[in-house]
Amino acid sequence: MAPNNTNKGKGNKGARNATPIKAGRNKAERPRRVAGAHSAQTSLRDRFISWRQHHRDSLGDALQRLNAARASSAMTILVIAIALALPAGLAVLLDNARAITRGWDGNAHLSVFLDMDTSEARQRELASEWQGTGHITRTEVVTREQALAEFKALSGFGDVLEALPDNPLPPLIVVFPDSTDPVTLRALENRLGEADDVDLVQLDVEWVRRLHALIELGERLISALTLALAAAVVLVMVNTIRLAIESRREEIVVVKIVGGTDGFVRRPFLYTGFCFGFAGGLTAVILVQVALWWLGGPINELLMLYSSEQSLTSMAASSLIILPLFSGALGLLGAWLAVGRHLGDIEPNF
Amino acid sequence: MIQFDRVSKRYPNGKDALSKVSFTLPAGQLTFLTGHSGAGKSTLLKLIMMIERPTQGQVLIDNQNLNGFGNRHIPLLRRKIGMVHQNHQLLFDRSVFDNVALPLVIAGYARADIGKRVRAALDKVGLLDKENLNPIMLSGGEQQRVGIARAVVNKPPLLLADEPTGNLDPALSEEIMDLFKDFARVGVAVLIATHDLSLIARYNHRLLTLREGRLIHDGDESGDAHGA
Repeated sequence: MAPNNTNKGKGNKGARNATPIKAGRNKAERPRRVAGAHSAQTSLRDRFISWRQHHRDSLGDALQRLNAARASSAMTILVIAIALALPAGLAVLLDNARAITRGWDGNAHLSVFLDMDTSEARQRELASEWQGTGHITRTEVVTREQALAEFKALSGFGDVLEALPDNPLPPLIVVFPDSTDPVTLRALENRLGEADDVDLVQLDVEWVRRLHALIELGERLISALTLALAAAVVLVMVNTIRLAIESRREEIVVVKIVGGTDGFVRRPFLYTGFCFGFAGGLTAVILVQVALWWLGGPINELLMLYSSEQSLTSMAASSLIILPLFSGALGLLGAWLAVGRHLGDIEPNF
Repeated sequence: MIQFDRVSKRYPNGKDALSKVSFTLPAGQLTFLTGHSGAGKSTLLKLIMMIERPTQGQVLIDNQNLNGFGNRHIPLLRRKIGMVHQNHQLLFDRSVFDNVALPLVIAGYARADIGKRVRAALDKVGLLDKENLNPIMLSGGEQQRVGIARAVVNKPPLLLADEPTGNLDPALSEEIMDLFKDFARVGVAVLIATHDLSLIARYNHRLLTLREGRLIHDGDESGDAHGA
């Protein structure tokens, strides 16, 4: 044993922190130590190595404790996993829905009905004028004769129409917009409605709008659900760590008596919280992937029936790591709250 | 090593646990602290350990006034104090070695150093061959010696003992006392709180007696004034 002699270690916190408070005003300085009783002290480098070592030990200890109480750890991890798999899974499904509607958006169009007496030349002129300007990708001209022919063919009212003296159908220009954003469409609808010779503009995208509204609602719901379930994960962790603290009460008392700092006492619990969270997040990823694989067959079939080229996409690669990290952070937060709340209650007494 | 300067402690419930207690404990001296239960022994030890703070007066440890210490200084103060408890306060989820190593792990010693120091401490209390056992397998006297090894493993300048011989027979008590005397001989200030009068009578050391929070006697066992 070679005690690094007292009071000199530069990085020694004990000496540094303690120096400002000197002996009482009326007391004579006495020799600080009698030979033979060296207070054992350590260098800054040793402290750093040992601090790192303690982090490693705390992590190891946390994992070992999870493993030692396997059944109850597994339950806690599953609770976390299920709580997180629910919003994560829904988010994946919603992502898919969004991708699919993006494919459908191409069919959105506005029907612009012109005044009855508009000439066919004027109709073509308008169509080519609009094409390529302000959110219009393409226009399609449907003359009154074409409309009548189409209507006869499709409606089965051909004979009735024959009986009419005039063709009752107005000239039509079908306008394909480049976006399905409701605001843009509304503006486009107004603009075309004010043009000369235009009688009526009909927006055939109500259903797209409803879908968008539904998707937005879904997003909000998932956000709310995520928030609520994240809070649940934190609370589960607060409770788990509270029990862990309670079961290690004696150890905490002893550590405090022999001079353990709050950080030293706190560290293993914070690691435990993180490990629970991370394991829960990892399990959630697995649950979601299994569920998607399970749903994949029927969903792809459904998509094919809607003649969509999309197929079910699974979680983004980045989420595979983000979800466990996010969950680990929740566990850490829960542990932090529990430790802050309960560790102060445990003080040595005799 | 320890100075109490007119220290009073009143608990929130209004009880005066200590009233104007003053004494000085030099390094290398073994001192008994006695008094009936409730006389203030525990409070005095708690003030030294900063488990409680004085209502009035000041406590100096190693020439440092504890009144100026914030909560974050407490762990560093406690590292200078070895504490031996009546009920040993050992952890039964780890070996004797790990129990004794705890203060060194906390203070941030290098691995290799820890092994040497722990074995030296265990050797001192005669338990070198039991380092791998769980303390629950040891006798009461052996457990107390593990507690002492843990208290002295980082060579603190101050050793406190709260009823260290409380549950031990006279022969074992003597062994423990011999250890304390050895530590005092190498310069450690040793303060032993006990109401074991026979133990006090057997050794002619300085004796502090508390009664209802007042220091009514300070001297050796025969009554001669001492110190301060």
